[in-house]
Amino acid sequence: MKFLCVECDQQMAFAERQLPGDGTLAATFKCPKCGRVVAMLTNPMETQLVSSLGVEIGGRTVPAEPFEMVHANVVTGGTVWSSDAQERLSRVPSFVRGMVKKIYGDYAKERGITEITPAVMDTARAELGLEGM
Amino acid sequence: MRTYHQLTDPDRSGLADQIGAQRKRVAERLAGVRRIVAVMSGKGGVGKSYVTAHLARALARGGRSIGVLDADLNGPTIPGLLRDSHAPRTTHERPEPTNGMDGVKYVSMGQFLEDGAPLAFTGPSAESFVWRGAMEASALREFLGDVEWGDLDVLLLDLPPGMQRYIELCDILGTPPAVLTVTIPTPESRDAVRRAMRAAVERGSDLLGIVENMVGGELKGSAGADLALEFRTPVLARIPWHPSPDDWSELASRLPQPLGLRPQAP
Repeated sequence: MKFLCVECDQQMAFAERQLPGDGTLAATFKCPKCGRVVAMLTNPMETQLVSSLGVEIGGRTVPAEPFEMVHANVVTGGTVWSSDAQERLSRVPSFVRGMVKKIYGDYAKERGITEITPAVMDTARAELGLEGM
Repeated sequence: MRTYHQLTDPDRSGLADQIGAQRKRVAERLAGVRRIVAVMSGKGGVGKSYVTAHLARALARGGRSIGVLDADLNGPTIPGLLRDSHAPRTTHERPEPTNGMDGVKYVSMGQFLEDGAPLAFTGPSAESFVWRGAMEASALREFLGDVEWGDLDVLLLDLPPGMQRYIELCDILGTPPAVLTVTIPTPESRDAVRRAMRAAVERGSDLLGIVENMVGGELKGSAGADLALEFRTPVLARIPWHPSPDDWSELASRLPQPLGLRPQAP
């Protein structure tokens, strides 16, 4: 993937990479002639695709660690529920409890969260619009 | 407006260089491996892993240094077949293969997962099919390029059914591995395995021979002989339902020549 400043007919140069922590990625590119900066923003699926190739946008600053991808991305164990979170889950009506548990579990899995706590549940509820669960 | 190939300035991301570095790492790690053999079949349930594990053990008992990479990431069975119950279970904090039965070294995704847990990746669950295949290929690349395999006579790659993992291997290794084909006697197996063998030939793999497994029971047919005739490759062994160590030793004794290894001193 390359970026061209059409007005200057110049190849833009990579400037900065940002990982906001929500599964997305931002990379900025700057025209060496006019200084115009554009940002490439990828959604979680696109970011994951890049990550799955074992490469880093902007180049590597440190050599790859052994099993870097496996350690970073393979779910080696199930998500753990803290006792407080389990207690809170038990207050959800039983006929929807399984579905609610799965929603929180998927939320944690997608973000690499290994332990579901009441704080994680609060964040997920706000982000996913699950008021009342 | 200029097109992609007309933009020739060096890219600071160096993605092509990063991919090149990955391939170099694999080549360096496998420099001490004399032959890489993919044990494959187009058919599931023919006993590829069983054959791989017992062949590996028989070769090791004969004095060869043998490694096994369990390339069936979604259905890893090699740890169960090769785990030496006297050896401590490896955590893989260090990138060394585990020493299994008869001194066979192995690595498997099964060693990274909780017992019974499916292979799962962190990441967005929606449209995961877009990236999951690439993740699995990367895991395979790390097993090949990060593990300190050391000096081996043969590294056996236990492949899952189908062709996808074989194609990934060809890309990662840069050259197609030699192929040992496993089938059961039935015509259904023959037809599925034929497709896999054709794909292997088209990719340029050496066909070492055929192992016909589960012979002498309820499964009727002549898949091994049919495929041997069609592809001009030998049937190296016909393994019965209840094989003895001698059956595996006999298979192991027939492999050095096609592998280009010197016969072991008696």
